[in-house]
Amino acid sequence: MPSLFPIWIFAAFLTLVGFEARAEMVVPPLQARVTDLTGTLKPDERAGLESRLAAFEAEKGSQIAVLLVPSTEPETIEQYAIRVVDAWKLGRKGIDDGVLILLAKQDRTVRIEVGRGLEGVIPDAVANRIVEDVMIPFFKQGDFYGGLSEGVDSLFALVRGEPLPAPAGERVPDTDVGGVFGLSILGGIFGGRILRFLFGPLLGGLIAGTGAGVLVALFGLPVLFALFVGFFVFMAVFGGMGRAGPGGWYGGPGGFGGSSGGGGFRGGGGGFSGGGASGRW
Amino acid sequence: MRTLIAGLVLIHTLLLSGCGYNTLQQQDEQIKANWSEVVNQYQRRADLVPNLVNVVKGYAGHERDVLTQVTEARSRVGSVQATPELLNDPQAFSRFQAAQGELSGALSRLMVVAENYPQLKADTLFRDLQAQLEGTENRITVARNRYIAAVQDYNVTVRSFPTNLTARIFGMEVKPNFTVENEREIARPPTVDFGAPAPAPAR
Repeated sequence: MPSLFPIWIFAAFLTLVGFEARAEMVVPPLQARVTDLTGTLKPDERAGLESRLAAFEAEKGSQIAVLLVPSTEPETIEQYAIRVVDAWKLGRKGIDDGVLILLAKQDRTVRIEVGRGLEGVIPDAVANRIVEDVMIPFFKQGDFYGGLSEGVDSLFALVRGEPLPAPAGERVPDTDVGGVFGLSILGGIFGGRILRFLFGPLLGGLIAGTGAGVLVALFGLPVLFALFVGFFVFMAVFGGMGRAGPGGWYGGPGGFGGSSGGGGFRGGGGGFSGGGASGRW
Repeated sequence: MRTLIAGLVLIHTLLLSGCGYNTLQQQDEQIKANWSEVVNQYQRRADLVPNLVNVVKGYAGHERDVLTQVTEARSRVGSVQATPELLNDPQAFSRFQAAQGELSGALSRLMVVAENYPQLKADTLFRDLQAQLEGTENRITVARNRYIAAVQDYNVTVRSFPTNLTARIFGMEVKPNFTVENEREIARPPTVDFGAPAPAPAR
């Protein structure tokens, strides 16, 4: 009997942990416009939807994404949807023209979450009509692709009517300006220490400054910034500031904006405030 | 002389940002912005009420009790001024919250009543208004959550060292946050009464 005691404690502990965690559905990373965690869509259906959404973004600039999850329990679909869009940041920054279609298959619920900038063309009542009259009839028959496809088309038609700013031809990846700045300056100074040691103050400073400046320019920041960084690094290395230098914490803000994830689709920084409509079938 | 002044200014700036003054100001403004959004959404809901009441009246005019409750709650909400000063006055804050909570309750009762009228539910205008009301309620929830998060950030700054000293010097106090209106009611286990006739099913 005494040997059972620890198990009992363990079980009690598990129960406590269970209460504590109440495992919320995690927000999947944003890698594509269509994210299907339920395996409902066939590969070609998924690809077709994906390319139509991509084409629409190229045409109009607004980002529309589709997410299929098994369930949003224990949260409601509204709570989960706002967490997803807060993490994904669909739509362009400042224009806030993102839309998320979220479908929870087991819960039999669907929600259109509308970005702040599109609440004018897709007010709640209109979103509700798309959900109830366009999508749900398909879902009732188990035709998920059909419902999503029609729903997406209705959204396209609505957003087309809205004069939005033209999409930026070559979408500049919004790099973390501060990060690039700090990293190139610190990296330049740190590298400059070595270069100064190898080539002397003047040549070492020139090489480090040019390098840092080119790095900044490569990230697509204005030339003025690049010149400033280059000059700053040159002065720092030439003047010998690097010696006392920032010993070791040059890592700074980790990572360079881009190159994360293979999907190549990222939210543009759009904001949501909970507009849209949900429905169940 | 000029370098001395420049140096003093620099030291001053560093000191000010080091003691958290700027953080406090920034977080205070964030709270105000988030609060405006909360009020904005509450206002949006209040604006929906007259139309909603009119539509329901058309189909279910004899549901006088619920309709009057909603109208009264609506007018009470209008009488509580939602100024930014409200945020620094816990009592006024809870009055505002109570008025909004009452309207929430009255509106949800109205929606339950509406379930009993198939013709009302099929009315396009009612459907639209219902969708708008749901959307607005959801926006209120989101705005309140964002407000709660902003107040939390601010209160942590106000109470932690060394920024609490700065906060005390400038008289910045911990701000009240939202609580659930019916805390006691939620704690009580729900009673299920099978004796009473159940409301007619939707379809």
